[in-house]
Amino acid sequence: MTLSQEDRAAVEAAARQIRIDTVRMVHAAACGHPGGPIGMADFMATLFLRHMNLSPETLHQPDRDRFVLGNGHTCAGYYSILSQKGLIPRDELLTFRKMGSRLQGHPHRSPDMGIDFSTGSLGNSLSVSLGMALAAKSNGWDTRVYSASSDGESQEGQIWEAATAAAHYGASNLTVLVDFNNVQIDGHMRDVMDVRDLREKYEAFGWHALDVDGHDIDAIDAALVAAREETKRPSALICHTLIGKGVSFMEDQPGWHGVAPGDEDARKALTELGIEGAELAAMMA
Amino acid sequence: MIATPALAPLFEGAETRKAATRNAYGEALLELGASNPDVVVLDADLSGSTKTKAFGKAHPDRFFNMGVAEANMIGVAAGLASQGKVAFASSFAMFATGKAFEQIRQSVCVPELNVKICATHAGLTVGEDGKSHQMLEDVTIMRVIPGMQVIVPADAVEARQAVLAAAEIPGPVYVRLSRASTPVVFSDDYRFEFGKASVLRDGGDLAIVAMGVTVSAALDAADRLSAMGIEARVLNMSTISPLDSEAIASAARECGAILTAEEHQENGGLGEAVAQAVVRSHPVPMEMCGMSGSFGQSGTGDELLAHYGLDAAGLVARAQQLLKRKQA
Repeated sequence: MTLSQEDRAAVEAAARQIRIDTVRMVHAAACGHPGGPIGMADFMATLFLRHMNLSPETLHQPDRDRFVLGNGHTCAGYYSILSQKGLIPRDELLTFRKMGSRLQGHPHRSPDMGIDFSTGSLGNSLSVSLGMALAAKSNGWDTRVYSASSDGESQEGQIWEAATAAAHYGASNLTVLVDFNNVQIDGHMRDVMDVRDLREKYEAFGWHALDVDGHDIDAIDAALVAAREETKRPSALICHTLIGKGVSFMEDQPGWHGVAPGDEDARKALTELGIEGAELAAMMA
Repeated sequence: MIATPALAPLFEGAETRKAATRNAYGEALLELGASNPDVVVLDADLSGSTKTKAFGKAHPDRFFNMGVAEANMIGVAAGLASQGKVAFASSFAMFATGKAFEQIRQSVCVPELNVKICATHAGLTVGEDGKSHQMLEDVTIMRVIPGMQVIVPADAVEARQAVLAAAEIPGPVYVRLSRASTPVVFSDDYRFEFGKASVLRDGGDLAIVAMGVTVSAALDAADRLSAMGIEARVLNMSTISPLDSEAIASAARECGAILTAEEHQENGGLGEAVAQAVVRSHPVPMEMCGMSGSFGQSGTGDELLAHYGLDAAGLVARAQQLLKRKQA
């Protein structure tokens, strides 16, 4: 199954907007993490546009789908997609990381914005997501719980405690999307701590696990459909991505994990993302 | 005259009446299971010891054994609570708070969730298992987290009521429970009031502020002091956070000297909490009976309490030192 041209164009536009917003937010904050959210943009857009039933209409519906951003440092992209869904005013995005802002440096649970959990400390997210999934099952709800994680977060032991328990409890309503970009703050994974084949690991823990091209919207969508159709096991989608994808000088560069672009780099990044002329001048004003 | 709550006779003939607070926890959970459909219980492979097993048998659909993985247990409890459940999570105090401190801070207290951590086998009275299992720092690391409410019941009667209250109190709660059978202080018509210290005995020469198993020792010590002509006020500080600083200020003003007693490190524990309230209100001489920066060791609970000066004799000796400072 592939997406219609129209549907694919909508997801592509949302992913591009995540990349643009991320550059602008991190640039305005003069600190933060640009590379991760730019690399995750394609699967975040696919998830939020085509699978999560989160919108201003469903926001306070108890049995709606849930999302936990395990790699909380990538929240610029999360705030962007929430704003695109109408849950955060667009003009609030540039308050990111500033004193008094709702858009904290790492997400804080905020029911009014659809932020379902506080994260930022790596390793905690899968346990929390499992708790949400168990609550939904015990209530007889059709809720799906989506948890974003990362290759770096997979170095935390608690992830594997949660993976063991999720399989034991048959949490088929839980899907984790692992951003596998081979980069962590201190460098490439092969140099810092190689987590090896995460699909094999999740499979060995009793999960339904798939390798996915994290920039192929059709493939991501098909994997999310497969996860939804799985009735016995939790699903792990290992999304292979390029950190900074779409901004040439950030791609595969550990240096852009946690460093904000200055004026010149921000201008260059936005130009590569197709912003030009008066629009670019206004953004950089 | 201060109204004191109903106390049970500490001694029946030569025998002290004893019961374990963890058993009271198990019974309270069964009551909650029947009365509140939102209550869920998690354990980390110690359900026979923490006494959550009976709830698990009665409500298998609301009981989650998470295996030997405490950090994950706390995270799952937080996830359940975020969806409207009242999640009770249990293990031994050492592991529930020690292994899962970060998860308690990040996943329970930061989002202010209804997770009730009821940890058993706290303190020296674990006994023979020794220092690896004798958690003596849990009150310190729980009470310091913003929003964490900390209860240390004095006996099984209070423990049952504290657990029932924890289900109703909004937000995170830590309840510290014991393995050993410990003296029963209260009669069955005692009513626990969250956030309030209760004066168990009035007196004007000094105040003994105690929590947990040392409350019965404090009452015993007050009797022995009375025989020497010294009248001690005894406060049961079963809520450590938020602290009843009014009761402490009154004790400081009216008694002029305060002795604290805890089966816990003095550093960061009840003694320091009371000292903070005292220096902010009415500074008076204080002594602290607790663990002075050492780990425990194997032995029976009673042997260990006596060895570390936390029995009645130990409290009497420290009270006498304190009174010398008060008179100086």
